[in-house]
Amino acid sequence: MTLLRVRDLHVAFASDRGMVRAVQGISFDLDEGEVLGVVGESGSGKSVAALSIMRMIQQPPGRVSATELTLDGEDLLSLSEARARELRGARMAMVFQDPMRSLNPVLTIGRQIVEVLQRHLSLNRWDARTRAIELLEMVGIPRAARRLTAYPHEFSGGMRQRVMIAIALSCNPKLLIADEATTALDVTIQAQIIELVKRLTRELGTAVIWISHDLGVVAGMCDRVNVMYAGRIVETAKVDELFRRPSHGYTLGLLGSTPRVDGVAHDRLTPIDGLPPDLIGQSTLCPFLPRCQVSVPACQGSMPPMRGFGALHQAACFADLA
Amino acid sequence: MTTPPAAAVTAVSAVIASEAKQSPACMDASSPAGNVGTRPTRHRSATDAAPILRVENLSVHFPVRHGVFGTRIVKALDDVSFDVPRGITLGIAGESGCGKSTLGFAVTMLQKLTAGRVIFDGTDLGQLGRRAVRQMRRRMQIVFQDSAASLNPRTQIGAILGQALDIHGLCPGRQRTPRIRALLDMVGLAANFADRFPHQLSGGQAQRVAIARALAVGAELIVYDEPVSALDVSIQAQIINLLQNLQRELALTYLFISHDLSIVRHISDIVAVMYLGRIVEFAPKTSLYAHPSHPYSRALLSAVPVPDPALERARQRIILKGDLPDPTNPPSGCGFRTRCPIAIAACAELAPPPFPVADDHWARCIRVGEPATVSAPGLSP
Repeated sequence: MTLLRVRDLHVAFASDRGMVRAVQGISFDLDEGEVLGVVGESGSGKSVAALSIMRMIQQPPGRVSATELTLDGEDLLSLSEARARELRGARMAMVFQDPMRSLNPVLTIGRQIVEVLQRHLSLNRWDARTRAIELLEMVGIPRAARRLTAYPHEFSGGMRQRVMIAIALSCNPKLLIADEATTALDVTIQAQIIELVKRLTRELGTAVIWISHDLGVVAGMCDRVNVMYAGRIVETAKVDELFRRPSHGYTLGLLGSTPRVDGVAHDRLTPIDGLPPDLIGQSTLCPFLPRCQVSVPACQGSMPPMRGFGALHQAACFADLA
Repeated sequence: MTTPPAAAVTAVSAVIASEAKQSPACMDASSPAGNVGTRPTRHRSATDAAPILRVENLSVHFPVRHGVFGTRIVKALDDVSFDVPRGITLGIAGESGCGKSTLGFAVTMLQKLTAGRVIFDGTDLGQLGRRAVRQMRRRMQIVFQDSAASLNPRTQIGAILGQALDIHGLCPGRQRTPRIRALLDMVGLAANFADRFPHQLSGGQAQRVAIARALAVGAELIVYDEPVSALDVSIQAQIINLLQNLQRELALTYLFISHDLSIVRHISDIVAVMYLGRIVEFAPKTSLYAHPSHPYSRALLSAVPVPDPALERARQRIILKGDLPDPTNPPSGCGFRTRCPIAIAACAELAPPPFPVADDHWARCIRVGEPATVSAPGLSP
């Protein structure tokens, strides 16, 4: 069952230097319970795309358009602000990189969880409190009942992110978007959080969009992966297929740039030369062309369209890498 | 060869420092290596077998206020000792709060030591007077994670590099401009970057400028504190390759501090794993990654994701319980025992000394060598 449908999503921002085209026509589906990874570097549009799904792009200065953007059949673009607020938290939720900026520093953890439960589930105070304790226990916070009265600064980074996950999952949303949710955490804590999210979303049947720059995390976590570059999805595939047969010059470059802790592959990294492009103005050629190691003559002619490289595997690349 | 007396080495360094003040150092500014390439080799003849850096029983303790009247002590570094031979990279791996940055500061004289000694090229840094410290600083430089923040926003890149030369009285007059151009070229930046301001640089470019500044004064030891952690993967790889090239060309010694064990594996020759102010395992890279012997190293390695879905599914993770303990109130005995999957009663009694694992490989764990603990390597599925 398709949960989220995105067709030709564009997001642009007005700036002094002209329109910044942060997302340039992306399309994808997300099934119920599916875990979709989104990888790409800073400025590739992965966060902006996620925020526009959450209806969290302020317009103006932003401008969001799409031929279709639906969650469970409901059009997200034409929602009233009041209805959008009802959906956020209840049907779709998001966890960010820095939990300290998502949590209110002057309110207790308990109050911040209870608030969500009262708002969306109309629980009375006592029931909300009981449920809040259950949620904190669910995400592995010891002595949960006593921690309700603690403030965010009394928690470690990993514990705060657990609280954010508890809040995000409190109303049993159908879609969870995690934007670099483990990037700021230590690797042993990251492993704890990933295990937690994997287990909980599987139990609850939540679909996940997991945004990360870390190919390793995506490899261990996701069913399918979208690779983004300069506001576009340049490759999409099942996770095994993507790592076995990367079919876009950029994906290949990312893998070549990534050192591996198991020491497999390269003695020397093969970095991607140059810098990502400016997103102002329209490009007519592949945005990765100036940095590409595998370009072919056709790249000089036109923008490569998405083409198939196997079942559910598509890449916008003229070169045949396999 | 035996270690020459410290005084003799200081004399040698003083001679070389005065040489560097004269222009010969600038004459080959057109060659990519510049003056920095020649100096270490000259030094090497004097101290070949001795390590360029020796750290002995180094401790750095910070007082922290506790309650209204009390203070407690945080042992940011506790009894840390190691040697670094010239021309190699020592990777320092560990998570936040393990003391790895404090170690970088202590080694480069940016942090007062509570106890212990740092010996650079035969000279005990604690014994140096102010002038001598300044001369020594030229030979040991540090590069931080956020280099944009360590560049004066109102100064052009050329002038930033020029200031570094001025402070140490290097390369005055007409050789200045070609020298700066050569430095920029060494780090892969075009000559016109000399006219740019820091805000016009990307993260990777700012990091290149910081490296150029360290090279400008002829550093022999460079401490990198999370130098690529804020960069995108593709830019990260560019900088890593640059560091490796420079090391090969200039015979530099690196202390590479990072939380990222994949990068540490990639760049290091020897690796120290730190936890709660102590080095818990120390080994040549291949030995450490093949046979991690401290339970913390094993957990750490098992937690690092690998970009290989099949391998990821098959891997057994050692998921540690809980968080780092309160550093003002660390556990008795072994600092790791509260989270350790193989802790026994004896672990609470005594801080474990280094136990040998293999040649040049030791771990601070009393269970090293027990067959039951060796059979759980961190990386293999």
